[in-house]
Amino acid sequence: MNRLETKHLTLSYDGTPIIKDLYLALPSQQITALVGPNGCGKSTLLRGLARLLKPRRGTVYLDGAEISKLSTKAVAKRLGILPQSPIAPEGLTVRDLVAQGRYPYQNWLQQWSKQDEEMVAWALDLSGMTEFADRALDHLSGGQRQRAWIAMALAQDTEILLLDEPTTFLDLAHQIDILELLLQLNQTQDRTIIMVLHDLNQAARYADNMVVIQQGEIYDQGRPKQVMTEAMVSNVFGVNSRIVPDPVVGTPMCVPLSRRTAGKELRD
Amino acid sequence: MKSPWLVIRSQKVPFSFRVDRRVPTVLIILAMVTLVAMIISVSYGEYYVPPLATIQSILGLDSGNSDYAFIIRTLRLPRTLVAFCVGIGLAIAGTITQGITHNPLASPGIIGVNSGAALAAVTLLIVFPSVSSAWLPVVAFLGGLSVAILIYLFAWKGGSSPVRLILVGIGLNFIAGSLTSFMITFGNINNVSQAMVWLIGSVYRRSWEQLLMLLPWLVIFGLLALVMARELNALSLGDEVARGLGNRIERQRGILLITSIALASASVATAGSIGFVGLMSPHISRKLVGATQEGQLPTAAMIGGMLVVLADLAGRMLFAPTELPCGLITSAIGAPFFIYLLIRKR
Repeated sequence: MNRLETKHLTLSYDGTPIIKDLYLALPSQQITALVGPNGCGKSTLLRGLARLLKPRRGTVYLDGAEISKLSTKAVAKRLGILPQSPIAPEGLTVRDLVAQGRYPYQNWLQQWSKQDEEMVAWALDLSGMTEFADRALDHLSGGQRQRAWIAMALAQDTEILLLDEPTTFLDLAHQIDILELLLQLNQTQDRTIIMVLHDLNQAARYADNMVVIQQGEIYDQGRPKQVMTEAMVSNVFGVNSRIVPDPVVGTPMCVPLSRRTAGKELRD
Repeated sequence: MKSPWLVIRSQKVPFSFRVDRRVPTVLIILAMVTLVAMIISVSYGEYYVPPLATIQSILGLDSGNSDYAFIIRTLRLPRTLVAFCVGIGLAIAGTITQGITHNPLASPGIIGVNSGAALAAVTLLIVFPSVSSAWLPVVAFLGGLSVAILIYLFAWKGGSSPVRLILVGIGLNFIAGSLTSFMITFGNINNVSQAMVWLIGSVYRRSWEQLLMLLPWLVIFGLLALVMARELNALSLGDEVARGLGNRIERQRGILLITSIALASASVATAGSIGFVGLMSPHISRKLVGATQEGQLPTAAMIGGMLVVLADLAGRMLFAPTELPCGLITSAIGAPFFIYLLIRKR
């Protein structure tokens, strides 16, 4: 089942088309990684999928309905988005941030239902942030802060979660930490996770489905084993490489050799 | 562990509400300080009225001296109430501005909205002296709105860098300031002297009439701000997160921006430009009750009211019998505060 789909999708910034006539179906209850070189349009695509960017042409469909025709609050109950470097006011505590995730469920009279309270406690617990709940966000480490933002997205209780480079700016331990958390969400809660990732090996390891984007178009899409080939890395990233199985989990792993344009290839 | 939230929830009707647990206590303390300051402010003056007689006069009881009643009720009480209301207006306007611009250095005063409102109001006083002063807030609002539009064009659209916003605001402040000076230089002397007293940022000689002129603006837009607190929370997380949470950002931000300009302009139209209240109040409030708007907005409002009441009192006491306008006092505290924020941020 595909809950999120695009047809004829064209997205542009200041009149320049970034994503061109894109047909994409994102499988439900799976982890999808959007990969591609800088400037290929993967983040733009993610923003388009999350209705943060209005399509120039074409449509994004959520459960078969045009996303732009649904009320934005209704969409917010089904689809959550975490941008790359979100901002928060100074002194905002983790608990207060996570509580903001309940915004789409609230109205003027019903500002803090029992369910809101339970969901916030649940999100804090699941993300391991309960002990930091009363700390100010600006006093946390990068990894903890990212966890807090993910907790906010969890409190939003959406089946689909979109994340733009959730591991960028984090050290290796925290990168793994965040990816494991997302994997756990996918496996225990059946959440659909769609994220932009920079690191091909992390994408191959954690994603069920890999979408390779090149100059605003889809180069290839499918299981990492099929998609991550030496030809793809060479064509899309301009890097010669060897693809070997990850010694631990067996997913494809890319070992870069040299830039293709540099001419001479390294010998084995 | 005790929850840091105070929750009001009804089982029967779908009503629930949450604020930071500290809010009620902080509001009560602020209200008490303000009340005491107001009573001192009303007793104090060239003609001293004992505090008890002051309270009696305020409450409409007989204090045994008919002079007291006149001095308190007609001369002094409206002044201190105007100070309080103007402070509330400026503080709410500042809190909203900082929230929607994501900029802790912003406030209507810093980004030039107050100067725009002042320029428009001075123009009305000098060029059209026959027009009823009930039009002052409306005209000031249009002036503030014009500056906001200019800021939007120059600083907001091309990426909202916090420093860029402040620099453009300072530029607009200068332009509006020099145009105001121009008006004053070439205006009719009688109209100018009236404008001067007002422009300096003071509640000197404010009457019930002016209080009544300000009140509708304060009540309507102040309540609107409180009702929009949750939207302001969402917007302060940035456009993308706010949109992702289901906030209709253009519309909500538009309403909040208008609210902020209306409150700032109506305050400026009543008491001139009382600087830095809009900048300081949200910061103090956040330190006291945290960064969610359901608590931060009303607390900032009370702090703003208290600051202006205290500044007015201090201005009268410091170099008595010479009176310093309260705008001078708030600027003397606020300018170093602004520099402190600026240094800490960069």
